Amino acid sequence: MIRLEKRPQPSRGWVIGGPILAVALTMVAGGVMFALLGSDPVEAMRIIFWDPLFSERFASYSRPQLLVKAGPLILIAVGLSLGFRAGIWNIGAEGQYIVGALFGAAFGLAFYPSESALIFPGMVLAGLLGGVLWAMIPALLKVYARTNEILVSLLLVYVAEAMLASAATGWLRNPEGSGFPGSRNLSRHPGTDNPELIAGTGMHWGVLAAFVAVIAAYVLMQRHVLGYQIRLSGEAPRAARFGGVNPARLVLLCMGISGALAGAAGLFEVSGPAGQITIDFNAGYGFTAIIVAFLGRLNPLGILLAGLLLALTFIGGELAQLMLGLPAPSIQAFQGMLLFFLLAIDVLANYRVKWGREAAA
Amino acid sequence: MIIDPVTLIVALITVATPVLLAAIGELVVEKSGVLNLGVEGMMIMGAVCGFIAAHESGSPTLAFVAGMAGGAALSVIFAVLTQLLMANQVASGLALTLFGLGLAALLGVGYPGQPIPDVAKPLPEAIREIEVIGPILFSHDLVTYLAIALVVAVWLVLTRTRAGLILRAVGESHDAAHALGYKVVRIRFLAILFGGACAGLGGAFLSVIRVENWVEGMTAGAGWIALALVVFASWKPWRVLLGAWLFGGIAALQLRLQAAEVGVPVALLDASPYLVTIVVLVVISSDRRRASMNAPAALGRIFHASS
Amino acid sequence: MTALLEIEGLTKAYPGVVANDDVSFAIQPGEVHALLGENGAGKSTLVKMIYGLVKPDRGAMRLNGAAYAPAEPRAARGAGVAMVFQHFSLFEALSVAENVALGMETPPKPRDLARQIREVSETYGLPLDPDRMVGDLSAGERQRVEIIRCLLQDPKLLIMDEPTSVLTPQEVEILFHTLRKLSAEGTAILYISHKLEEIRALCDAATILRLGKKVGECTPREVTAAHMAELMVGKSLSAPARDASKPGEVLLHVAGLSVTPASPFGTPLREVALEVRAGEVLGIGGVAGNGQDELLAALSGETLVAPGAITLKGAPVGALGPNARRALGLLCAPEERLGHAAAPDMSLTENAVLTARIRKGLDRSGFVDWGKAKGFAEEIIARFDVRTPGPGVAARALSGGNLQKYVIGREILQAPTVLVVNQPTWGVDASAAAAIRQALLDLAQGGAAVIVISQDLDELLEISDRFCALNEGRLSAPRPARGLTMEQIGLMLGGAHDMHEVVA
Repeated sequence: MIRLEKRPQPSRGWVIGGPILAVALTMVAGGVMFALLGSDPVEAMRIIFWDPLFSERFASYSRPQLLVKAGPLILIAVGLSLGFRAGIWNIGAEGQYIVGALFGAAFGLAFYPSESALIFPGMVLAGLLGGVLWAMIPALLKVYARTNEILVSLLLVYVAEAMLASAATGWLRNPEGSGFPGSRNLSRHPGTDNPELIAGTGMHWGVLAAFVAVIAAYVLMQRHVLGYQIRLSGEAPRAARFGGVNPARLVLLCMGISGALAGAAGLFEVSGPAGQITIDFNAGYGFTAIIVAFLGRLNPLGILLAGLLLALTFIGGELAQLMLGLPAPSIQAFQGMLLFFLLAIDVLANYRVKWGREAAA
Repeated sequence: MIIDPVTLIVALITVATPVLLAAIGELVVEKSGVLNLGVEGMMIMGAVCGFIAAHESGSPTLAFVAGMAGGAALSVIFAVLTQLLMANQVASGLALTLFGLGLAALLGVGYPGQPIPDVAKPLPEAIREIEVIGPILFSHDLVTYLAIALVVAVWLVLTRTRAGLILRAVGESHDAAHALGYKVVRIRFLAILFGGACAGLGGAFLSVIRVENWVEGMTAGAGWIALALVVFASWKPWRVLLGAWLFGGIAALQLRLQAAEVGVPVALLDASPYLVTIVVLVVISSDRRRASMNAPAALGRIFHASS
Repeated sequence: MTALLEIEGLTKAYPGVVANDDVSFAIQPGEVHALLGENGAGKSTLVKMIYGLVKPDRGAMRLNGAAYAPAEPRAARGAGVAMVFQHFSLFEALSVAENVALGMETPPKPRDLARQIREVSETYGLPLDPDRMVGDLSAGERQRVEIIRCLLQDPKLLIMDEPTSVLTPQEVEILFHTLRKLSAEGTAILYISHKLEEIRALCDAATILRLGKKVGECTPREVTAAHMAELMVGKSLSAPARDASKPGEVLLHVAGLSVTPASPFGTPLREVALEVRAGEVLGIGGVAGNGQDELLAALSGETLVAPGAITLKGAPVGALGPNARRALGLLCAPEERLGHAAAPDMSLTENAVLTARIRKGLDRSGFVDWGKAKGFAEEIIARFDVRTPGPGVAARALSGGNLQKYVIGREILQAPTVLVVNQPTWGVDASAAAAIRQALLDLAQGGAAVIVISQDLDELLEISDRFCALNEGRLSAPRPARGLTMEQIGLMLGGAHDMHEVVA
């Protein structure tokens, strides 16, 4: 029989080794899944994890995509990780992402066709503001009405999607778009565009913001009193109160920061890679970012790596769809599996596994 | 256009059924002290498994069994993670939803628009066509009646039987229950399976009866609304029924208002079931005493028998 | 006469500690048998093995001459062994009858059960309403639920783990009365305690454990308490020393403090008033659940009250949060070490920052100075003899006594004006307890005001200058601690709850 015995303190080795093992196990389980779908598992893994970066045929297109996809994932996940660390569960980043994009795009389009250099910074601020406002709904309700923030933030995603649909077909629709849904293209208009900063890298302002967020969050969590209070609240809420942490303030702060970053990610996406507001503009980054945050162990540096890995599975997944005819949702299932394995392996960081029966009397 | 109240009531009961099933299952899970946020994932698995079984076998019964099996199978992953490996319940539940949505979409490739058999109504036509009460009371599907019966059964079991008492005790304090010799992990495992099967059945009802089609992401947040209903109901079965019908009423009404093209923006109507759910949650939660009285004290806490 | 329960060579080891090492003894039918030992001596592990919660590594038990190895509590109950837990195995949101039913193998119908509960409670003088919610009961009443649950199953052996720690002296008398009656009817009782006078008053035989080993047995009535104490502790401890001193100015003043509890089963504070002077130790006694946690939260600033309800050196602090009060010199150490006074998974260094950040200047412009924090943690460890490999160790890796020394030391080394501690020596071994009490006295000697909230009346009488009692959220007027009798204290604590009509 297998028994679990609580470790006096978490094993450092497993905290770092766990995610690596989880990735390995996911590759095995994913391989089985791909085999069941009728593809060669080894080839599928090569196409997903190797070809986007190193094959001569695809790398030139795929490599920049890595940063394009990882940017929003990392930016959102860093924000989420702060709240998750404190036991504040903002599950609705997808909604904040949408609202951020809508606010930013609306700001930019309001001045159309101006090409002033002030417009893009204004759009960024509007995007941040949109994300914060949307995140403040669950935050304020949690603080003042003790409403569960998980449910409210999640339900608001559907509300945001309804707003997105009405924007794309109504109030933000391109007046010169001959009636098709979708806004004017922001990325092709100087002043509202979020350009590739270094050609051929995929680096845009949002990716830069993600890197800055990683560094800032790292310093915050390691050195700053607020980071200490966030960790304290997550590990021992009662001790946190005793230690003078104001829980309401922490909820507003964590939700606000994660909302702001998700909103910014939405703005950078709509003004850059996506280019315009469309009905299905949101691509699930807000949900995938939850996986990224956990896979990165809620640690900013871990999130950086996890974001790149998940971005790779997106790009590789598209490639596998193209080359092997693997159905698109298989990559989503694959990402879900990754999170399962990670959660399962977590047990090893906190518990010691003992084989053999407890000696009976 | 005037909205006919009878057809509205009939529609709301149908719309409410999947959410009701998922919520009553989740209520049992939460009463045992476990918070499973994977309801949405288990529902969509039920929807796809039910639809596939209906199409492949032509048997509605098999479809519902498959739906329950699909939901329960997914819930096993959650049970193993949270009960045996002591993983965080919030994270595991979210993972379940994300994985379930992906896996269901994967399984359902090629199925949208495929024909499935009609499901016969259980009561004879003569009764169904009685004025007013016929459609409202007797025109529903077997699963709808089953769902209501399940509410009654869960209420009876929880309040009147020893099994229910033990379940509530485990949800109240797993340490005390363990000290008395109850198998906390086993009881919670079974509760999670029950919740999975209920959510799966709800999903199968959605695809096989209500929509009669498979569409990716078709649960559209119903699982999350089911979770909200449990809070709204203060963990009481009867109030889950009330909440489900309230939600069904809003959802059915907004569809009719959209069709009637009244002056309300479509986006607002689309969002109304979610907005109303939020408003109701706020009203319920702000009453501190009532909100905390019935909540299982051990909800979401990890149990590890140290001795 | 064959023994009811024979225990031979029971051994149980946990990683890093041998909880029980080759323990043997026997309990006769109808005997009240004491199991005596300090915190951490292995008493709890031993009874858990008898009750089927823990499996021994080695050794054997015989019940009525037959081999007895319960795989689970259910089996133990089936064999006639019942247990009243120290930390009750009760469910707050369920009724008394439901709680009783959960502890029985085949409970009767609810109506019959309610009748049986009433019958048994009358027979043994333990009044209890089967329909009441357990969360609304006092600690003494909760214990009655546990006892009645056991009695309804006609046990041959009743195990009681530290039963008097939650009772007033009057309630203890009633409990003893019940236990003697049970014993006269032939039920054996295994009575676990570290309170020597109780054991001398009640028990027929005693087995003494120290560090997991059996170190002696005796007939308690025939030996002195000092003899048993020596066996139990292994060395004689000196009582804390203090010089008489005149109390100085009033440092903390509380008046009209009323608080509604946040949780459904909390205790409201009603019009609490007190004052402590420089150099004085004020003892607040009371049975668990009478508002101790709420009082500490109101004093620490975790619960905010009207500004004037609490004044520190004349300045109103009632509306200030914990850190603002700390800055002014009002420090607290709550009862629950893990999760309240300290974060279990954080290191000792990180836990130093928890309360000492402001007074010790452990941060600079918003950033934590980890080097300085580590230095302070090391200072606490050295000054208070905390046994740990170093400040990087997680709080939960420390033993109860060591963590408590760390927590108390952390507050004392911040030189508080007023220090409030709740249950400073609960679950702490005797030498650590003595060290903590001495440190509190030294602090008062140095001119601080100290409030000690405790359920250990001996402790309070030993270190307090004045004593008052907390009963259902009300604080009695203080009386000089010297010369108070247990009888007087018992009445201050509210006597026996709801027992007036029954006491013969």
